[in-house]
Amino acid sequence: MAKQHVSTTLNGNAVEFLCESRQSLLDVLRDELHLTGTKEGCGTGDCGACTVNVDGRMMCSCLFLGVEAQGKTIQTIEGMANGDKLHVLQRKFLEHAALQCGICTPGMLIAAKTLLDHNPNPTEVETRYWLAGNLCRCTGYNPIIDAVLDAAKELRGA
Amino acid sequence: MSAVITEKKLKVVGTSPDRPDGVPKLTGTAQYGADNSLPGMLWGKILRSPHAHARIRKIDASKALKLPGVKAVITGADLPDQKFEYLGAERVAVNFWHMTRNILAREKVLYEGHALAAVAATTPAIAAEALKLIEVDYEVLPHVIDVDEAMKPDAPLLFEDMITRGIEPPPAKPSNISKRLGFKLGDPNAVFATADEVVEMSFKTAAVHQGYIEPHACLARADADGQAEVWSSSQGHFVVRTFTTKLLGMKTGDLRCHASEIGGAFGGKTVVYVEPVAVMLSKKTGHPVKIMMTREDVFKATGPTSGASMTIKIGVMRDGKIVAAHGLFKYQAGAFPGSPVMNGCMCGFAPYDIANVETVGYDVVCNRPKSVAYRAPGSPISAFAVESTLDMVAKKIGMDPLQLRLKNIAKIGTPTVFGTKLAHAGFAETLQALQKHPAYNAPLGKNQGRGMALGYWFNGGGESSATVNVNEDGTVVVATGSPDIGGSRASTAQMAAETLGIPYDAVRPIIADTNSVGYTQATGGSRVTFATGMTVINACNKVIEEMCVRAAKLWKLDRADVIWEDGSARPAGKHAGAFEPMPFKAIAAKRTATGGPIVASASVNAEGQAPGFSAQFCDVEVDPETGYVKILRYVAAQDVGRAIHPKYCEGQITGGVVQGIGWALNEEYIYDKNGRLENAGFLDYRMPVASDVPMIEAMIVEVPNPNHPYGVKGVAEANIVPPMAAIANAIHAATGKRLTDLPMSPPKVLAALDA
Repeated sequence: MAKQHVSTTLNGNAVEFLCESRQSLLDVLRDELHLTGTKEGCGTGDCGACTVNVDGRMMCSCLFLGVEAQGKTIQTIEGMANGDKLHVLQRKFLEHAALQCGICTPGMLIAAKTLLDHNPNPTEVETRYWLAGNLCRCTGYNPIIDAVLDAAKELRGA
Repeated sequence: MSAVITEKKLKVVGTSPDRPDGVPKLTGTAQYGADNSLPGMLWGKILRSPHAHARIRKIDASKALKLPGVKAVITGADLPDQKFEYLGAERVAVNFWHMTRNILAREKVLYEGHALAAVAATTPAIAAEALKLIEVDYEVLPHVIDVDEAMKPDAPLLFEDMITRGIEPPPAKPSNISKRLGFKLGDPNAVFATADEVVEMSFKTAAVHQGYIEPHACLARADADGQAEVWSSSQGHFVVRTFTTKLLGMKTGDLRCHASEIGGAFGGKTVVYVEPVAVMLSKKTGHPVKIMMTREDVFKATGPTSGASMTIKIGVMRDGKIVAAHGLFKYQAGAFPGSPVMNGCMCGFAPYDIANVETVGYDVVCNRPKSVAYRAPGSPISAFAVESTLDMVAKKIGMDPLQLRLKNIAKIGTPTVFGTKLAHAGFAETLQALQKHPAYNAPLGKNQGRGMALGYWFNGGGESSATVNVNEDGTVVVATGSPDIGGSRASTAQMAAETLGIPYDAVRPIIADTNSVGYTQATGGSRVTFATGMTVINACNKVIEEMCVRAAKLWKLDRADVIWEDGSARPAGKHAGAFEPMPFKAIAAKRTATGGPIVASASVNAEGQAPGFSAQFCDVEVDPETGYVKILRYVAAQDVGRAIHPKYCEGQITGGVVQGIGWALNEEYIYDKNGRLENAGFLDYRMPVASDVPMIEAMIVEVPNPNHPYGVKGVAEANIVPPMAAIANAIHAATGKRLTDLPMSPPKVLAALDA
């Protein structure tokens, strides 16, 4: 099967890749571009571990075809920190011990960042519902919610 | 008496520093099981049975092998067969005859999803295509899913020659009952007649999955000289090495296993599924081979814990003294023997001082995936039955359920049903801490109820190894063999820093591969901070000894004239004050001049672990129209011995509780009439999401374990034991209805309300 040529903006850089038309964006990121920070937990859009940001919206990259990335702006976990400076959310996750095994963390961070991009001052309930598509089996969610609310506060300068 | 280092001296232990492995996990660079690749790598995929039970007449892979890009197909016949024998301690016995048949089926497939062949191909798509070309001739057989059905004399047999162990004389006829076991203290049957009240109830629980978010995955590379390497997501890379080499007939030292970062496990990654298959495919093809399970594979073919059927009988006096108890526990083992029913029999009544107790357990095979450890394996199941019954006992004699438990709580010296005496304090202290929580007596609203329950877990010790390398700048690298699931690098580094008297960030903890550090058992049984921690402390103490030798050399003193205090060597005795104290860093810098590298290794087979204990209460609201149970408040107290890293201890407690909430309210394996799993995905196997739960309140209780230098008991498991009963008891308090069948999902709650 001939591969498709795709041009996209990935973590701020112009990126071109070839992929089969049936390959998911998740598989392209992991297997073609070697960006394995985006994780596969289910492949069916139910766990959120593969969450990326596409043109400002959060998306399960397992449900999005690689060819659909043509002309889009995509952000993955690899583009979240600024050089050696962690994003506030990343730092708060560390401080609040909001990761145990860490497999849900990249998707959780992208989802949380998308939340704060939309709503800089979410309530606990809004945060819980926004993150309801991102499963965490380790923490019971306490420290994740704390970290997101604390990061929101710092970003607001409160 | 106590050898535990007192709190006031501690600088690092008891604080919550950032974890050393945090940044790679936050930025996406950490390498989990599926993240490893090698040049020339092939993709492995596994063919799985569509039938719950069938004889394999023939497997024909000829068409698959002709597909361009397919490099190898293997079946069970490619693995050496194993001797039929149970090895190891009874609680955790393994039988490699069974294990090899679970890796790749031979005579029969025993559950839907049972692996029976594997392919290696140049792309995942070709490997998937090849699986469709493998022709299997099945003779479909009747199947059995339910444990009570499987125990009936006319049930379809998974193994035509299985004679129940543990019955004398052995039964003449084969059955699905792999084993009967039991424990007895006193004579409960005689004493029930003297009790003021006797409550007897029966319960069922559903099989539930550990639900780790990372599917099993590995990369294997085999050389023509018989050596091989594996990178996999596992709780114990030494376990991967032991099992894989045994299953493939390799020499132990020929397989080097690396611990990838592990994306959750909860007991489910203490066994192997894909590693032996990947190594064999790599051997056959001469290429590295990567295998990743799908989520559907994970649900259908990896370890849930047992569903069970149980009957509990408790006799009590009107003053609340429990005088006799009996528990009958029938656990599904899945397709091969080995449910955690023995743990269930040991743990169920362990929180209590009861003079007359008997527990009887049955390990029963049925056409489901082989059960595997899940957080305090066996204990949450029996605790659901015992703690629910106790709630009804309290109602019957009109006593507060917490007071009933406090009156009967086990103390140091209390005999257990399994023969030993309780050697540690902490149960009563934990219960009293919960009792003092201000919300325990807070008023409740309409359709709301409060329930409580207790949970016991053994905790673990066992074999661990560590090596401490001192660097020239005064930093140290601590290598252990314990995969880090939830922050053990942090606790290891804290204990090393505390012992050596150096800053936390001067310690770099790593997980070394199987050929680079001494043997270490799996990360499981809440044993790592206790046992691996102990060996790290021992290795650090050896380093301190060497540091004193080096300082003595520099000062031209005898070793006996140097002591170690506050992270520095100091002259002592008649030389006290003769030289300025020499800090760790200064001695490290003089390494070459004083004798060369400063390295110490230690290994332990740690004993003296102390049990974990959790006491919890929750408030629920039951929607009378839908049967939906909302958790309003959840408070979990747990004795951890000492919290090395309190934030990660809290995380273990809140995480275990939320898994328990899922077990209580939603999670279950649902089979159709053909024995096929109907909910093999996260959409239909509904685990708790963030919006399902409130903030869980964790209360850390610290009653130090005198057998560990810092008092550690272990924290990871006891927390999942009480929730199912606590929630059932709260539902009963809210509605007057007693639910005895897990999960307590809305349809079941509604049916109970309408009954």
